[in-house]
Amino acid sequence: MRKYLGLGALALASSLILAGCAGGGDSETTDDASGATLTIWTDEERSQAITDAAAAFEEETGTKIELVQKNFEDIRADFIAQVPTGEGPDITVGAHDWLGALVAAGVVDTIDLGDKAGEFEQVAIDAMTYDGQLYALPYSLETIALIQNTALVGEDAPATWDDMIQKGLASGAERPLVISTNGETGDGYTMYGFQTSFGAPVFVQDDTGSYTTEVGMGGANGEAFATWLGANGSAGTGYISTTVDYDINNELFNSGKAAYTVQGPWAISSYTDVDVAVNPIPSAGGETAAPFVGVQGFYVSSESKNALLAQDFLVNYLGTEDAQRALYEADPRIPAWSSLAEEVSSDPIIAGFVESSKNGVPMPSIPEMGSVWDLWNAAETQIINGADPVATWNKMVTDLEAAIAG
Amino acid sequence: MTLQERTEQQQRPDPDARESHARSWRGPGWGFIVKLVLMALVNAFGLMVIFSAIGSESWLIAGVMIALLVIADVVYFTKKALPLKYLLPGLSFLLIFQVFIFVYTGYIAFTNYGSGHAGTKEQAVNAALIQGERRVEDSPTYPLSVVRGFGGELGFAVVDGDGDVQVGTETQPLEQVEDAEIGSTGAPTEVAGWTVVPRTEVLTDPAIQEDVVALRVPVSDDPNDGSVRTRDGTTGSIYLSTLVWDEAADTITDTETGTVYHATDRGSFVSEDGERLPAGWYVNVGFDNFARLFTDPALAGALLSVTAWTFAFAILSVAISFGLGLLFALVYNDPRVRGRRFLRTLFILPYAFPAFMAALLFRGMFNAEFGIINDLFFFGADINWLGDPWLARGAVLFVNIWLSYPYWFLVCTGALQSLPADTLEAASIDGAGRSRQFRAIVLPLLLVSTGPLLISSFAFSFNNFTVIYMFNNGGPGIPGAPYALGATDILISAIYDIAGVSQGAADFGLASALSIIVFIVVGVISALAFRQTRKLEEF
Repeated sequence: MRKYLGLGALALASSLILAGCAGGGDSETTDDASGATLTIWTDEERSQAITDAAAAFEEETGTKIELVQKNFEDIRADFIAQVPTGEGPDITVGAHDWLGALVAAGVVDTIDLGDKAGEFEQVAIDAMTYDGQLYALPYSLETIALIQNTALVGEDAPATWDDMIQKGLASGAERPLVISTNGETGDGYTMYGFQTSFGAPVFVQDDTGSYTTEVGMGGANGEAFATWLGANGSAGTGYISTTVDYDINNELFNSGKAAYTVQGPWAISSYTDVDVAVNPIPSAGGETAAPFVGVQGFYVSSESKNALLAQDFLVNYLGTEDAQRALYEADPRIPAWSSLAEEVSSDPIIAGFVESSKNGVPMPSIPEMGSVWDLWNAAETQIINGADPVATWNKMVTDLEAAIAG
Repeated sequence: MTLQERTEQQQRPDPDARESHARSWRGPGWGFIVKLVLMALVNAFGLMVIFSAIGSESWLIAGVMIALLVIADVVYFTKKALPLKYLLPGLSFLLIFQVFIFVYTGYIAFTNYGSGHAGTKEQAVNAALIQGERRVEDSPTYPLSVVRGFGGELGFAVVDGDGDVQVGTETQPLEQVEDAEIGSTGAPTEVAGWTVVPRTEVLTDPAIQEDVVALRVPVSDDPNDGSVRTRDGTTGSIYLSTLVWDEAADTITDTETGTVYHATDRGSFVSEDGERLPAGWYVNVGFDNFARLFTDPALAGALLSVTAWTFAFAILSVAISFGLGLLFALVYNDPRVRGRRFLRTLFILPYAFPAFMAALLFRGMFNAEFGIINDLFFFGADINWLGDPWLARGAVLFVNIWLSYPYWFLVCTGALQSLPADTLEAASIDGAGRSRQFRAIVLPLLLVSTGPLLISSFAFSFNNFTVIYMFNNGGPGIPGAPYALGATDILISAIYDIAGVSQGAADFGLASALSIIVFIVVGVISALAFRQTRKLEEF
């Protein structure tokens, strides 16, 4: 009898606790008459900006929007891993260079901006287009540019790399320029403007501007860039050194020890002690220096149960000037919304980055790019550290072609 | 109170012959109430997990959870199974957190799960169809309403360029309807013979929403004219699907070029010319991942170097830090050293400092140009500690020893102080010198108590991801090695690189295969070493 008493008491207590939990937890899913919840993954900066658009959407459609804050760096892997299991969000914030991987994983849906597409910068729409299909609503662009210490070298853009070095040396600063190689890891991204000025793009672009899987870094142009890199590395002038990582780079520039640096808008807030001007990256190899342009936007999951809501929210609530302005104010990057980009160009620093982005090319979003970074960065590091430039570079190109052929 | 508790009480020898009033009461005691509350919490939590598992159709989790819950209730509410009452919590956690993960890793190791193979075949087909459906280049955007026919079938009513309303369903192409009204938004609000489904209903009823998303209304009898599709429930435009899925033949056909993509057993749709559709699915690939670790020339070479360095790193870390810790312990155990307590405290400091912070600090100090090490100890020489493979290995080993020797200092100090003084005294009476005493008595006795710790420390160093990753991220890179494998990478950081969580191409199958091999290696070494220490005990 005592045993049954125990079990009875247990059942009663369990159900009471369960009821208590249910009372607290279930309300979010059941009190809403519609029953539809749109889940959006966002990073910290975007979160507040989306909240306002979300509130309007909730009011007008009776849908609930759940914002999940995540680390931007974690989103790609988590999105690819979780969408197929059905646990992923309906919408996520993301970068355009993930697109190839997302398409290969089959986790993104196409979207249709309709006439709204014309409101965005063409490069942003292009970047979010894969094999002729648009996959995301863009909201910002980012690129790197030449940043110069106006007290040392004035505001005028140097014409070429040599011109820049000369002005930098004449300024009396400890170093003419400082450029981050991300320490020993290597940083092909930051160096890319100089690389393209030798006419050696990572992948060859076809007539429509889409990247093919043909590696463009080989041949005489690539070797010329490698030679130039070696000549400015530890075995040569030493202007480029693998002892410099992002923090050291910003420290050297901010303390006035370097006249120029190549960085993105995200680094501007570190330069509190110097006055800066932003210009396009000078050419080192004769052709236009074209840095990578990155585009951020919002993707819709291919497994979303709320495809209509997701599309509606993106196009009609985030694809508005007000929402885009809120996104800009939360984190001032170059807006992808054309009229807004013009408006914020009144700030000379942003205007400088906009100018630089006009020379730029979208970072390749094809999945093959995933094989590039590691080999590319490592080869540049070795060359800067004094390895034979041409041999190292050509070996990297061969290894890369082999890796892409799979 | 359970019977068992009562019998325990009865068996307890009573110190006092006269029983107190409190003891004479035999109702449920506090112990029982505490147990009841705790078990109620466990049951509530278990039921919650079961319900949510059933809700998301995770039958395996639900089944395991039900079994665990039943076992827990049986174990704690019977008087039998006394040992299980103690073991059950540990066993359940072992099952949930270790066995499950191990089995899952084992499963992944035999698949090609990774970039381009992320979901099921059904999802890959779905993705291909999404990617193959394109908006017809010059298609206008029509204002659109969702309508329902008398039979309950859904259709679209669109307003065409001339302001006329056309209605159609999946089977019936668009046809003009005379009697219709157009609302303020430009979309039809009333259509004769059809009920307009209000937009809020379309957006909020998941079932309707799903149907509307899937609905394609042909423009005409010719399928090549495309069909109207809506993205947001208020506008429609004409889309044309270029890829067709044939389930029976297991192929996807591109209707524009006529290319046929066959499903392969490697989880991709591949055409005759070897062209591949981007989205694939993951399949069982047998022992391929394991074979690749040894046969892929670029990978095998780099992994061999990584493996050799992993052993060197683990063995040297343990041996040197143990030796150093023992040396300091001997020195500071000598009563002639003054201020021993204070000095001992100082020696603990590196151990008390978080390892990842220390690794980051050392990374800065070892910087060839701006670091303090070259400036202070090498007269400002330009020694590239982080860029040269051997110097980087030496540096990271130094950092790890710096972080781990205080631990051995602590352990050895304790072990030295608990050595039997009479044995040592007897030895010195017998005329054994200090070094003889150390070799014949101190060291063997010390190894008996520290042996298991040495083994666990080896296993820890073998998998010491933090120091390797934080100090130099495994770099400098091995030239030409895939996945950015570097000279100071140990197996665990190589697994992280191969899994591609941070950047680049991900290959979870390969990473899982490698982690299983690492598990086996560490397990075998530990087992062998434990057998050795047992011999020491018999010594």
